[in-house]
Amino acid sequence: MKIKNIFTYCFISSLFLFSLICIWKILVTLQGIELTNFNFNKLFIFGIILCVINLLIGKKLNLNIKIILLALLFSIFDYFISTNLPIWYSFGIFLISLFFFNNIKDYDKNFLSKNHSSQKLFFNFLTLFGITLFSFVILFPFYMMLVTSFKTQAILLLNPLDFSINFAQGLPELFKSYFIVFKDYNFGRYMLTSTIVSLGTVIITLIFAIPAAYAVARLNFFGKNFLSTSILIIYLFPAIVLVIPLYTIFSQLGLRNSIEGLLIVYTATTLPVAIYMLQGYFKSIPKELEEAGIIDGQNWLGIIFKIILPLSLPAISSVALYVFMIAWNEFLFSLMFLDRPNTFTLSRAIQFLNVGAETPRQYLMAGSVVVTLPILIIFVYFEKYLVSGLTAGSVKG
Amino acid sequence: MSTKLAKIEKRTAYLLILPSVLLVFSIILFPIFSNIWISFKNVELKDLRIPEPRAKKLVKSIKENPNQIKVIYKLRNSSLTQEITNVKFKDKYPDNIEPISLNNKCQFKSNLLKCELGNWPKKYRENLEIVFQNTNNQEISKKELKSYKPKLSGKSQNILLTYEFTLNNFKKVIKDKAFIDLLSTTFYYTFFGTIGAIVFGILAAQMVNQKFFGRTFMRSVLLFPYVAPVVALAYTWELLLDPTSGTLNNLLINYQIIDGPINLLGQKYVTLNIFGFDFKLRLALTTVIIFEIWRYFPLAFLFILARLQAVPKELYEAADVDGANPTQKFLNITLPQILAVISILFMIRFIWNFNKFEDIFLLTGGASGTRTLPINVYQQGFSIGDIGMGSAVSIVIVVFLLIFMFIYFKLLGKRADEN
Repeated sequence: MKIKNIFTYCFISSLFLFSLICIWKILVTLQGIELTNFNFNKLFIFGIILCVINLLIGKKLNLNIKIILLALLFSIFDYFISTNLPIWYSFGIFLISLFFFNNIKDYDKNFLSKNHSSQKLFFNFLTLFGITLFSFVILFPFYMMLVTSFKTQAILLLNPLDFSINFAQGLPELFKSYFIVFKDYNFGRYMLTSTIVSLGTVIITLIFAIPAAYAVARLNFFGKNFLSTSILIIYLFPAIVLVIPLYTIFSQLGLRNSIEGLLIVYTATTLPVAIYMLQGYFKSIPKELEEAGIIDGQNWLGIIFKIILPLSLPAISSVALYVFMIAWNEFLFSLMFLDRPNTFTLSRAIQFLNVGAETPRQYLMAGSVVVTLPILIIFVYFEKYLVSGLTAGSVKG
Repeated sequence: MSTKLAKIEKRTAYLLILPSVLLVFSIILFPIFSNIWISFKNVELKDLRIPEPRAKKLVKSIKENPNQIKVIYKLRNSSLTQEITNVKFKDKYPDNIEPISLNNKCQFKSNLLKCELGNWPKKYRENLEIVFQNTNNQEISKKELKSYKPKLSGKSQNILLTYEFTLNNFKKVIKDKAFIDLLSTTFYYTFFGTIGAIVFGILAAQMVNQKFFGRTFMRSVLLFPYVAPVVALAYTWELLLDPTSGTLNNLLINYQIIDGPINLLGQKYVTLNIFGFDFKLRLALTTVIIFEIWRYFPLAFLFILARLQAVPKELYEAADVDGANPTQKFLNITLPQILAVISILFMIRFIWNFNKFEDIFLLTGGASGTRTLPINVYQQGFSIGDIGMGSAVSIVIVVFLLIFMFIYFKLLGKRADEN
């Protein structure tokens, strides 16, 4: 029992340390530094040795001193088996091993002889490993997008692994792709179109959805149940089955290549979810407030504007942000309906860049950053609202 | 009194929902029904242009006679496929000008030239020449004549509104040899994409449900792929996976994990050797599924995390007292608690992945074995230009969708009964 625990402890800990080091090495490689070997055997065995030492020392030493000592030992070992690497690389290794030994400092013989300790250990490491791996896998494409937009074609082809940012060349040189994207590829105009379309969709959707949601939530009328189920069903119908008929109708009505056409379609497709989300919130507002309003002589419009709206501002902001996000990110309809560059939205413009002539990739990535950054900023800033919007409406996407 | 109030309430309700219902009806429900209509018709992309009678006006002066002028109208039918019936022509002229001679189709009355040009077959062309003179014997200004534009009108049969129907589109869809392959690709993509997203969602939710430094930040980061625009993400992945200059291939080669570059998005099959058995994996499809999982696991994560945070702590404490190990705790407490969320999530994601278009379209364009039903709708309708076929494929999608929805609402109803 105990032997098994010690064995799993050493094996898993060392593997975890090794994978952390691997991620660090990959990041270092991407700074253009030549590193071609993970040194699995040596690092793994040395990791196991250090884990055993950690176990043996236990709590005999001050824990902080123990951590620093072991981390130093590991960094020095790594320094000797790898050659010609800059000092910041070793410093990174030191920090990582510090983090690692800090995590295993509490494991000693007592812990390992407890019940389920090997499983607990396994899950602890799985969590840690998961967090590092998930953040790496998720953030890496975003990092690559950003850094590629700062490079030039020649450097990218020379060493595809060099993702270091050269600050020495000065800011105008660094942001060159952005200048070109805005100046030569008209991204300023596309950005304006995207903003107009997204904000317009939000405003029109709210104007249509608030009264409808109020009616569904509060008023009694024939066909109410039917209406609220059909909202859900309509909501599940995807854009791809609407595309052909809408294309035929819009091209005969001359609504293709127009912002109005996009606004109509976006509003109609986001309306069911907006009504669905809002009516849920309206139902949670106490009825007594409205009754008080009726006694005060308010009509329906007054009740909606003076009582319901101020109380449901959080829900309305969630819906607004969610609808904004959908409209900003929308691609299929803008691909179908827009084929003249003067009406392009950002998404469509980037697709056009990629399909058209050989566009250098740094411009493509600069465009991608331009379309991604606003939505990420809005997301981080209004996270609370957007997350509740996502949970309520994220059935779609 | 109360009935009167109820009546007012009803009227107000209808008034409030009417705009939304109208909009949704015209943009979502009506197109779905017209999809059925179109799918039984033989319509091509080029038929969608409405045939128009067109006229180009040329003005020529006559040398011998400066107070006379010749006007030539170059008339044509813009459509290459359809006839225009009952074409009418109208053009305005300045004062003091009248035609010298007119054929019987045309009339000149109070500065207006009106002609009845009859029926124009497809590709029809004709030149209409009329000589005008000034009644005051003055010189005619060419510019003034040119400033008036002729107006034409005609009736044409809209191919979408005829009552000719055909079953050919559906026959073609079902008889297509690739149809089975298309279906299996779609289901493969949908099923594994959904399962993968849910599995990773559970893992991520389990992680974030524990306390650690930077937890709120981690939660935001995990949602990034879902919030960011597809176009940007798909092209970034394309660069990342590029066989010659992509980061991933170069990294793997750099660390000597693979010998040569792998075209992850352009290679249909890869042969894997597992325990001596050759095993064919659909490489491009798998890559697309991984992208799909990467993009949509945040959603599953969000749902499951919300549910996990609502699980009463006492349950875990009781399990600790009983001496349960982490696996037992997960299997016996966590999993049953989140099972309801997972089943609903599975159905919804299944429906949505079944209809996913953008991701595959942007990554591979449907090439190398990644053609799913939604991609086929686009290819039939817009790459090949057969609108009727595209419609027929989307009807197939709708049929599947209705089946899934039926199951989904059955499931929802069952859940509601249980609670």
